[in-house]
Amino acid sequence: MSAGPATTAPALNMGGRRLPPWVATTALLLPAYGWLMIAIFLPLGAMFLFSFMTATPIGTKEIGYTFDQYKIFFTQPYMWQVASWTFQIAFATTLICAVTGFLAALALARSGLGRSQWVFLILILLPFWTNGLVRIFSWTMVIREGGFLDAVVQFILPEAASVGFLYSRPAIVLGLVHGYLPYMVLTCYIAISTIDDAIVEAAESLGARWWTILGRILIPMAAPGLIAGSVLIFVPVVGAFMEPRILGGPQGVTLGTVIEDSFTQGFNWPQGAALSFMLLAVVLAIFATFSGVLRRNAEL
Amino acid sequence: MRLSRRAMVQLMGGTVLATTLLGPRRALAATKITVLNWQGYGTDEKWALEAFTAATGIEVVHDYFNSEAEMITKLATNPGAYDVVLINSARIAQAAGQGLIQPVDFAKIPNATGLAPKLKDHDNMQYEGETFGCAWVWGMNGLGVRDGKTDPDSYAALADPAWAGKVALFDDAVTAVGLGALATGQDMNDPKDLEAVKTFLQSVRPNLHNLWTSEDQWNKAFAANEFDLSVAWSGGVVRSFRNGGLPVHFVVPKEGAIGWLDGLAVPTTAPDVDAAHAFINYMIDPEFYFRWATEVGAPASANVDAMAKLPEDDLMKQVHKAEYIDTMSIMSALPDERRDAFNALWQEMKAYYAAK
Repeated sequence: MSAGPATTAPALNMGGRRLPPWVATTALLLPAYGWLMIAIFLPLGAMFLFSFMTATPIGTKEIGYTFDQYKIFFTQPYMWQVASWTFQIAFATTLICAVTGFLAALALARSGLGRSQWVFLILILLPFWTNGLVRIFSWTMVIREGGFLDAVVQFILPEAASVGFLYSRPAIVLGLVHGYLPYMVLTCYIAISTIDDAIVEAAESLGARWWTILGRILIPMAAPGLIAGSVLIFVPVVGAFMEPRILGGPQGVTLGTVIEDSFTQGFNWPQGAALSFMLLAVVLAIFATFSGVLRRNAEL
Repeated sequence: MRLSRRAMVQLMGGTVLATTLLGPRRALAATKITVLNWQGYGTDEKWALEAFTAATGIEVVHDYFNSEAEMITKLATNPGAYDVVLINSARIAQAAGQGLIQPVDFAKIPNATGLAPKLKDHDNMQYEGETFGCAWVWGMNGLGVRDGKTDPDSYAALADPAWAGKVALFDDAVTAVGLGALATGQDMNDPKDLEAVKTFLQSVRPNLHNLWTSEDQWNKAFAANEFDLSVAWSGGVVRSFRNGGLPVHFVVPKEGAIGWLDGLAVPTTAPDVDAAHAFINYMIDPEFYFRWATEVGAPASANVDAMAKLPEDDLMKQVHKAEYIDTMSIMSALPDERRDAFNALWQEMKAYYAAK
């Protein structure tokens, strides 16, 4: 993919006359970059502009420009609390995904399942094939008071109190983990697959216990996969609004739902846009922090 | 919120005419009018249009909008395209102010004699002393109460410890703040003391079980016994009881309901003003309403005669008592600053509820 002009130009040999290399490069890049321009940068640029407006630019209203939308954390101090919940949920989701996803990937990559490991990989991917909304709603049936979970628990222990925890932050984390776990399994699986069996065998033959192998060899060598998976999960989870809304009930107030409310209920696009860009800034900061690891991972 | 209510009416309709954008073609039809409305919202019932064409020779075709902003935009950018438009009464003054709709000529609408005076002459319908919309259908936000519980007589019950953990609110800024305003004895459309509204809404927290956003969500949670007392739509409660068999009934507290009113209007540039009025006349006709309400499902009619035509045991009729028209406050247009203040207050309340 990283083929430069020098290697691509000869392929386009039109009627014996060679085109200048930059023509071929432009022709090859144009579809992708044109699409990116239209699909990402144009709306993003418009939203960036909106975030400085005093009102939603639809209708006949006079529009002014202001920085006020970016001051929401000071004009509405409860937003700090909302941000704190959001990041708690995102960290918990990422951590749980990292632990369970890494272990699952380890089992898949190193258990010698042979060809059947592809079946297991496809099973991991299954959640991607079902509609997110359906997945979330089915969780509400399971974890609500008197739901399936309660039915099972009370079948075993008839006297047991309800264990339903719908409308709580753990419920939100549960739904998010379900949705995003496959990213972690896949990135870790790829990273672990590249670890040479000989290294592990050498450690074993030298008497290393399993926890030494895990802590000194497998985790450090799979770190790029873990970090890439964490970024892939953390970023969308910070902005998630569907899971908090449906599984969190009154507890489901996050930056994502506040942004969604600004756009839909409040019809206050500037506010929603400003919040989105503040969130984007945080996300970019996270990317910047881990960019070195990500780059290394991309080369794997 | 309005969209989902329409969506429900549409779903109930079942036979909604997604396919009849062009309507039944009649070579003989002398005139043709175009109606702009939400899809599946009464005016496009196939049987009704056939009956109307048979009676008047006027053919009716439809164009639809998906949001009120889109409706205003369509009116503004397509002059001469529409003869009748559905407008929420809160939008009448805006549309009239922009010169998009013309005053209604009630002389051409004989059925208007049956309209409830409060709805027909409501401030929302007026602009500079003239009536620009013909009241059509209305509904209320009040309280949905589980059968067998004591009916509350005031919105104050939402904060009454007797309902601890058994209350649900509607996740909508205008409704929530309006509720707080009514509960604290203020004008729902212009509460002067937002602090009092805030204090009231905060006092609901110990009772609050959930916030609902859609009728479907409300039905599932109510069926699962999650709450007993809820802010609810009058039409929604009727549907939940009638179609879902849920043990719920609708209560209008002494402070009155939060009402909404939809009107039909004639665009300034309408090609056929007389035919447009004839259609509006048909839309408030008791015969039409009877069939719409009993066979398809409809909101309450602004025409008292039409409501009277419904059988005594009809739930819509029992819930939408004429006396409630007098006590309810109708949602009006909000200036932007006030709407923003409502939204900010509700967002803060939601964060407050989440901190429980």
